[in-house]
Amino acid sequence: MCTTCGCGLGEPGVEGAPHVHEHQDADGAVHAHTHDGAPAHVHAHAPGLEPSRMLRIEQDILAKNDAYAAQNRGAFEQRGIFALNLVSSPGAGKTALLVRTIQALGARFSICVIEGDQQTSRDAERIRAAGAPAVQINTGKGCHLDAHMVAHALERLDPPRDAILMIENVGNLVCPAAFDLGEAHKVVVLSVTEGEDKPLKYPDMFRRASVMLLNKIDLLPHIEFDLESCLGYARRTNPDLVIIGVSAATGESIPEWLAWLEQGAGRAWAMGRSIAQRPDSASQAPVARSTMP
Amino acid sequence: MHEMTLAESVLQIIEDAARREGLRHVRAVWLEIGQLSSVEPEAMRFCFDAVARDSVAEGARLEIVTTAGAAWCNACSAPVALVELGAPCPRCGGYRLRPTEGTGMRVMELEAE
Repeated sequence: MCTTCGCGLGEPGVEGAPHVHEHQDADGAVHAHTHDGAPAHVHAHAPGLEPSRMLRIEQDILAKNDAYAAQNRGAFEQRGIFALNLVSSPGAGKTALLVRTIQALGARFSICVIEGDQQTSRDAERIRAAGAPAVQINTGKGCHLDAHMVAHALERLDPPRDAILMIENVGNLVCPAAFDLGEAHKVVVLSVTEGEDKPLKYPDMFRRASVMLLNKIDLLPHIEFDLESCLGYARRTNPDLVIIGVSAATGESIPEWLAWLEQGAGRAWAMGRSIAQRPDSASQAPVARSTMP
Repeated sequence: MHEMTLAESVLQIIEDAARREGLRHVRAVWLEIGQLSSVEPEAMRFCFDAVARDSVAEGARLEIVTTAGAAWCNACSAPVALVELGAPCPRCGGYRLRPTEGTGMRVMELEAE
């Protein structure tokens, strides 16, 4: 197992990329440990009778992921890239919504996609068939994407300046909530064929999202889904959530979603330009550096 | 949250410290888990024991300290105690709450030789 990033056999792979990392050298020196300020010395003790010492760590569990995410975010901002993290239960319609979005906006915007699934490249293939470049991350046994995986995918995808980058996370409403990828916003997709109380059951995810796309609204006449309650639960969990009811199948209300996207992309571009115009900016920096701290 | 991934992160932090400080075996680990972190301490224990096998922390005792949750209530314009995400404000009963404390998980200390 790679002791720097935890990758190894059976671990995440980015399709088409050799599994190579560059790491800072670990300190290979053998340390002689000290006790309470005594001079350093090497000694052997009988097992079980070793005096032990306390070591203060105080390190956040997610600190490493947060550091990679911050790097991703900085690179996006510098290049005017509007990055979104799409999350949902499996089958809510994330990929279908992406295909709709690409078909509608692909001529006017550079849309690039990072796909995350445990296995297969099926989603990436669907995206490419719709006309957008896509890279697939297979997490193997993993249940969520993390910022380090996304950084590797970005090395292969190399989105152009001012692109809209959609990261379709593994279908899972629990684990992805905790793992910042460096995105500008999380977009949570809920479909009307799921329970209307999901925002209460998975509050962390709905709280961290900026937008909720309520998909498959074309099915509302055929099912018992308490729409008012669902909206109430969602607003209770996150009063600032932007909620858009859509149908990826029929195209209903997709323009509202596209309008939100275009607004956000415009803000990202403006930020990228203002950064580029700073006298000290390195506006040609690559999206992801191959050496990670 | 997914305790297995978090347990692996805990182990990574421990192994980094072990390399840095020349530790041969870690006997105990103190974790601080926030009330609002969505981490289940018993699941954490189970997963940590599993990932620590064959590592410098094999068999290490896991001490879990729970830190209290708190939030800022936008309606009350005041800090309030919060014991779980999704609970209403204890003062006004509303939901305009922004979690401020007890949201994370940290490795605090190691006992090692």
